[in-house]
Amino acid sequence: MDFKKKVLDIIKNKGETSDKLLEILLEVQNKTKGKYLSEEALIIISNELKIPLSKVYGVATFYSMISTKKRGKYLVQICNSSPCYLNGGKMVTKTFEKLLNIKVGETTKDNLFTLEYTSCIGACDIAPAIKINDEVYGNLTPEKIKSLLNVLRKEDVK
Amino acid sequence: MTDIRLNIDGFDITVNPGTTILEACKKLKINIPTLCYHPDQDIKGSCRVCVVEVEGNKNLVASCCTPVKEGMKVKTNTKRVREARRTMLELILSNHNGDCLTCVRNGSCELQALCDELNVRNDNLDKVYSKLPIDNSNPSLVRDLSKCIKCGRCIEVCHKVQGVGAIYNVNRSCEMEIRPPLNKNLSDVQCVYCGQCINVCPVGAIYEKDDIEKVWDVLEDENKHVVVQVAPAVRVSLGEEFNLEPGSIITGKIVNYLKKIGFDKVFDTNFTADLTIIEEGNELLYRINNGGKLPMLTSCSPGWIRYIEHFYPELLEHVSTCKSPQQMFGALAKSYYAEKNNINPEDIVVVSIMPCTAKKAEAKREEMSNEGNSDVDIVLTTRELAKMIKESRIQINDLEEEKFDDPFGISTGAAVIFGASGGVMEAALRTVYEVVTKNELKNINLKEVRGLKGIKEAKVKVGNLNVKVAVANGLKNAKVLLDLIKEGKADYHFIEIMCCPGGCIGGGGQPIPGTNDIKEKRVMGIYNADSIAKIRKSHKNPAVLELYTEFLIKPLGEKSHKLLHTHYKDRS
Repeated sequence: MDFKKKVLDIIKNKGETSDKLLEILLEVQNKTKGKYLSEEALIIISNELKIPLSKVYGVATFYSMISTKKRGKYLVQICNSSPCYLNGGKMVTKTFEKLLNIKVGETTKDNLFTLEYTSCIGACDIAPAIKINDEVYGNLTPEKIKSLLNVLRKEDVK
Repeated sequence: MTDIRLNIDGFDITVNPGTTILEACKKLKINIPTLCYHPDQDIKGSCRVCVVEVEGNKNLVASCCTPVKEGMKVKTNTKRVREARRTMLELILSNHNGDCLTCVRNGSCELQALCDELNVRNDNLDKVYSKLPIDNSNPSLVRDLSKCIKCGRCIEVCHKVQGVGAIYNVNRSCEMEIRPPLNKNLSDVQCVYCGQCINVCPVGAIYEKDDIEKVWDVLEDENKHVVVQVAPAVRVSLGEEFNLEPGSIITGKIVNYLKKIGFDKVFDTNFTADLTIIEEGNELLYRINNGGKLPMLTSCSPGWIRYIEHFYPELLEHVSTCKSPQQMFGALAKSYYAEKNNINPEDIVVVSIMPCTAKKAEAKREEMSNEGNSDVDIVLTTRELAKMIKESRIQINDLEEEKFDDPFGISTGAAVIFGASGGVMEAALRTVYEVVTKNELKNINLKEVRGLKGIKEAKVKVGNLNVKVAVANGLKNAKVLLDLIKEGKADYHFIEIMCCPGGCIGGGGQPIPGTNDIKEKRVMGIYNADSIAKIRKSHKNPAVLELYTEFLIKPLGEKSHKLLHTHYKDRS
């Protein structure tokens, strides 16, 4: 199915009104390879909902769960709200950056991992926490992160 | 609802419910500093410079967005308040490229003025602004994000007043920036170059492209014959830059100044405004009598033209094919005037003084030329002319009044009102009525279409025909009428649309500030200039009549089509 039709179908399903913008952005992102919103997608959404492109882009860049850059297969979102930050969030960032050899905001060359920050994911009880795609992982230590990455790499080979 | 009593700085005051502390303070003539606040816009409450102390409140409150409460005790001038305001400014400065001495807004910057008034003497915080490349991708506007204080005034005017939406917040928190989407430049998005964002920007983050030096250069070039035209709205606003009241008419002084600095001829855009009325009036009659597309839409305002080209290209056939007065002037200067005075058109440089930033882009349009020679070469805004005057050190207020040169210096009251919303309509009807009925129009003041109201309507009986007209200023208002046309519900014959709120007197190149109060005074200046004009109808302009006899032969004739009419492009 061509991309435009896919986006139009999502818009039709959700409703063609401006209040549905966020839902549509998320759904289109989920259905796009690379889990991001391309320029093409943003333009279609802007035209269909009759919201200026600048505003659609503004909303898309405001929320950390939405990206306008292509992401890897595994999206690692490191929580940087206060409880995680105070409980070793910096260590989590450093460990991931070292092991993956990328900075936050970047994607590994093999398109496997993307590192991002996110605001609170509601896992303060197991801080420091991260989200990888839809799974939450907490009480992280450098060792735990290392084995987590190993598991994911193996999963990918399968 | 009962009135609310409160006490501010020891003074009791009674106000309506819903009044903000800031508004209550104004009533007591207590001057609270503000930065993101703009009198013609929504309350933003983001800069926090207007904080005051309220008894019983732990934190200071922003007075612009805090409604009064019964029995409230407010203090506006305590040590805590003064220090908090100063801290706010210091924080803003740490995120601001403070190269004030070379900034375009040096002397008219709201942040600079506040730092002085609130006695900010430290600039010790780390500088955290990034020196991003300046966006000067287009002929009209320049954006410098390193100066932006993120107040959001430009966004509001672009979205809410103009309905264009070229810029918006990108990213969030301390990474937030105001810019076009997708890392694009202004030239790559649907910006109409109206410059309304400049007029509301408190600092130097947006400004017009500076073309002053080009003018000084051609004035010193002995091989060039340099002529200048002055738009109607400039004469009632330039004085504001020289401490005169808004609406003061200083036409003669401007003429004298321009002659003094070496222009070979100083002409009046009003002349071609009169000519526009003849051509456009005849086009309207032609459309009415020959089943042409109606309603006809005016075409003088280049921001408006860019808007319809971008957003409603399917309605382009409604737009009059007349070039704007600026462009008609340029085309005639390099043809009729050149021939008459035996000057090679290629040696003529046409400079315009306009209240408008979009005029800079209009002059650069490919079709606005004759055999590869642009109609208009350099466009300066009212503000740029003010800068030239200051730079030259000539005291414009001390100059004698002088008259425009012939032949493009003779004009009418009908032309000067082009500067205010409704003016083109009123001028056109003065002429259409007399051309059709051959009777003299007794009451020539069409007051229904005057003023700052967004959409205005009128009906005028012209012979057997009831002519129904509408006038819109500000593009959001234009959109209302365009949607009516699309739905087939607009039974008007003629619609005047001006891009900027209030018309050209509120143009993006006008002196800052240009609040609604100031615009009203400029409008008064425009109608005063009309009421004292010797001739007040375009078709009575003797120089225009002579132009037709000697050169153009007849309205909508062959020469008119070649020089004075144009076409538009779908840019959606």
